[in-house]
Amino acid sequence: MSKLVEGLYYSKSHEWVKLLGDDVALIGITDFAQSELGDVVFVDLPEVGDTISQEEEFGAVESVKAASDLIAPVSGEILEVNEELVGEPELLNKNPYDNWLLKVKLENNDELGSLLSSDQYADFIK
Amino acid sequence: MINYNKMIFELSNPGRIGYSLPKERFPEYNIMQIETQYLRKDELLLPEVSELDVLRHFTNISNKNFGVENGFYPLGSCTMKYNPKINEEMAGLKAFRNLHPLQPAYTTQGALEVYYNLQQYLSEISGLHEFSLNPYAGAHGELVGLMVIKAYHEDRGDFKRKKIIIPDSAHGTNPASTTVCGMEAVEIVSNERGRVDLESLKAVLSDEIAGMMLTNPNTLGIFENDICEITKLVHEAGGLMYYDGANLNALLGKVRPGDMGFDVMHINLHKTFSTPHGGGGPGSGPVGVTEELTKYLPNPKIKKHENYYYVENSKDALGQISSYFGNYLVALRAYAYIRTLGKENLRLVGPYATLNANYISNALKTAYDLPISGYCMHEVVFNGLINKDTEVKTLDIAKRLLDFGMHAPTIYFPLLFPQSIMIEPTETESKETIDDFINVMHKIAIEAKEQPEILKQAPTTTPIRRTDEVFAAKMMIFSYKDYLEYINNRG
Amino acid sequence: MFKYFPHTKADIDAMLESLNISSIDELFKDVPESVIFNSDYDVPSYLSESELRTHFAELSKKNQELTLFSGLGLYDHYQPAVIDALTSREEFMTSYTPYQPEISQGTLQYIFEYQSMIQTLTGLEVSNASMYDGATATAEACFMACAVTRRNKVLLSSTLNPNTINVIKTYLKYKELEWDFIAEKNGVVDIEDLKNKLNKDIAGVIVQKPNIYGIIENYEGFSEISKANKSLFIVNADISTLGVLKSPKEDGADIACGDCQSLGMPVAFGGPTLGYLATQKEYVRKMPGRICGYTHDLEGKRAFVLTLQAREQHIRRSKANSNICSNQSLMALFATIYLSIMGKNGLKQVNNLSYQGAHYLYDKLVATGKFFDPFQKPFLKEFTLKTSIAKETLQTALLEKGIFGGVGLDVFGECYEGLINFSVTEKRTKAEIDNLVKIVEGLS
Repeated sequence: MSKLVEGLYYSKSHEWVKLLGDDVALIGITDFAQSELGDVVFVDLPEVGDTISQEEEFGAVESVKAASDLIAPVSGEILEVNEELVGEPELLNKNPYDNWLLKVKLENNDELGSLLSSDQYADFIK
Repeated sequence: MINYNKMIFELSNPGRIGYSLPKERFPEYNIMQIETQYLRKDELLLPEVSELDVLRHFTNISNKNFGVENGFYPLGSCTMKYNPKINEEMAGLKAFRNLHPLQPAYTTQGALEVYYNLQQYLSEISGLHEFSLNPYAGAHGELVGLMVIKAYHEDRGDFKRKKIIIPDSAHGTNPASTTVCGMEAVEIVSNERGRVDLESLKAVLSDEIAGMMLTNPNTLGIFENDICEITKLVHEAGGLMYYDGANLNALLGKVRPGDMGFDVMHINLHKTFSTPHGGGGPGSGPVGVTEELTKYLPNPKIKKHENYYYVENSKDALGQISSYFGNYLVALRAYAYIRTLGKENLRLVGPYATLNANYISNALKTAYDLPISGYCMHEVVFNGLINKDTEVKTLDIAKRLLDFGMHAPTIYFPLLFPQSIMIEPTETESKETIDDFINVMHKIAIEAKEQPEILKQAPTTTPIRRTDEVFAAKMMIFSYKDYLEYINNRG
Repeated sequence: MFKYFPHTKADIDAMLESLNISSIDELFKDVPESVIFNSDYDVPSYLSESELRTHFAELSKKNQELTLFSGLGLYDHYQPAVIDALTSREEFMTSYTPYQPEISQGTLQYIFEYQSMIQTLTGLEVSNASMYDGATATAEACFMACAVTRRNKVLLSSTLNPNTINVIKTYLKYKELEWDFIAEKNGVVDIEDLKNKLNKDIAGVIVQKPNIYGIIENYEGFSEISKANKSLFIVNADISTLGVLKSPKEDGADIACGDCQSLGMPVAFGGPTLGYLATQKEYVRKMPGRICGYTHDLEGKRAFVLTLQAREQHIRRSKANSNICSNQSLMALFATIYLSIMGKNGLKQVNNLSYQGAHYLYDKLVATGKFFDPFQKPFLKEFTLKTSIAKETLQTALLEKGIFGGVGLDVFGECYEGLINFSVTEKRTKAEIDNLVKIVEGLS
């Protein structure tokens, strides 16, 4: 059974978004995503200052047997990248909700409306 | 000596040598006369060992390998047939090994004749018009075949055909080659009989389709019985049909790809035509085409005029994809194989390979989950054990086989089933060998139920046990230098 | 019966009976009748083993084994006897790709040792398990540069081997990537032209040493200029010469590539050889091909495995950076044994002996007054001259005496008209060289 966190926004490509303020959010991958991948050995992330666009690739997560593209759940400018993951990608296996990938400044808050709630996501991964 | 545990660098002793070079003939010259700005300063980390050190080292590590002559090697999709010794003897002939490809054609007529005639034999066996032996491997052949398809469309001024249809059961090289060729892979799903779904195919046909890649028998080891309809549909839509020759062994003597309507194909000489896999290469992936497409085959080409063979570079060709004639000495082995079998025995290859596979399929289907019923061709795919109540996975079954002195089948491919086990016996295996394998597989099925921990622990009799792949990917120790740094940091 | 098919009549009957059928043909019932091939292949009848030997003896007579003074990417270096003895071991030769590491440590270990040797020769951090040949390895290096920089164009030195250029052009053309050439000046790549052509579209800059003329190029400033433009600097180098020449790392390369034929491999009518490809770890995930890594088994025993496989086609499928599936594994074993036998001193000596012979021949040819050097640049084992002797006269006279050398570079195209190549390895004796000189002295 995959863990879920209430109050986050979820995408069908298994990323989550956590709103921190009016237009700043964290992006990460879900517990379901990390368990499907297995032991994560590498995370490829963009740089601060880059922009990401909803439904477009922005990086990749790699395990021994699989590689999965990261798909942006929202559009925005990257404010921060979780550098800790570069040295310790296994943190994504340990706690995918505390170990966010990117902090972004949202371009359009309406995009959040196209994402799933935790209940909807729970149904989606059933 | 399976406990041998040294790297060649660890045998090094400064000053020791293993080579034998002539005396200096022209001492008035010396390489140190080259200005120092051109010379390396970094020390070389190469071993200094004796000739016997080298022989013992590589002999000892060879003992940790498993080859076709060690035992049964039912690796699906890889056609691990016996690699005849006489082919090696022929490939070792100095009159071929010491030829420079730029020598004038009149000094290399024997080598050119072998190339020319082999491509003719392959054309005859495939029902196509002409082959290039230049592609170095199967995936290279795919890329070259796709280049032919692209060149054909562009030559007609049709630049929008950039999509290649590929079934979801295909080898990963198909979509990867498509991307490398600057085209887009369009995946279609298989039907419940494990074959191309005609409705899904029709749905993706358009004037943007350049062609379709198909393996037949497909990666489930079953024949695409709608093949005539498939080729007709793709041709009507203006596309070309590409035959992935990975599974050609099944058809030898029975069916020719050209007769099924394929326009372009590659053959893996290291599968169907018995050349050794060499631990991963060198292979050879000749590409064959219909008469209409012949002009696009890559340069250099070998042609024949009366009884004289010559090298030609043509402007119509798609270009060069190798420096010269591909892995020539590999092709020469395939030539020796075809001459050894002759038309009398070539025709028996597919039937015997198919008989062996069906015999296994029938004998194992009481214990292993056969997802597609009916006859298979040269290989059979099971989806793990019938008994799904055990914790035992396909990986465990594969590892346990190693303890019984047999190589594992291909596992987790094709991707259509979660626990795929793909078994290909080839025609060179005897009934006794296959019966042994069947008995072992049944024994493993019983162990899975009664003593699953044996399977989870397997293998235990091999030179090493299961490996830590996460460590390898995270630590990225790719060289002896990295290894020394790792050891030093660890203290 | 036939020697490769163990099926007796009784075996076949028993197998058919278990399947409850009466003939093998019934197994092909899924094949439409219209595509069943019912006739014999139009190929010759079978040959017995001794007949095959005779046939090959006849074919051999149609080939002329010549004394090679030719180079241009394929060199006649000495091959230690132990190599064939070891590479022909069935455990190495007949095994597949090492997908089951528990019974493939032999293959995996020599790949690791091969990677280690390429690492030290190039100076770069990581080598893959090998590529098809030097030309395709260089084309893949171009793809890598485009993937790393997300740019679409490469700059090719005009002094690359024309075969390498042609293969790169084919690969790039079909992948819909672009290229341009950096001009040569007096036989070497021109840094001023590089400066003019670098712009934000350029993914990589590819040079070769020794170059097509045999000249050892100087890359001072190339790496800095490329890096300033965020382009990768790619050096294609004859691997054997790296035993003495500056390593690609010392040249500031981001990627090194080339052919390993010069490690004692037979010229073999062009193949098999193998290509090497090495880079820095920061780019390893864009690197094509297999990579072997060090690890341990569950008992802590030293072990080697294929790693970073998530880059490769069998996992990434259409998103993989390369479609390569195999490597030239057995040739990587060849290279590893060669370099084990030669060691660092042997490799230096091979280069020195080749240098000595080449320079002796060069001086003798120039002294005839019939040859002159249009470039006057440093070289190692091969060099390019112009001559007053007609090209055909020269080559024919040498061939008549069993020598292949003095190859006109115009075999690669008209732009090389008038240029003649000679190459000398440690195998060429003084008598052979003097004989060659004597022959050309008699020509006009």
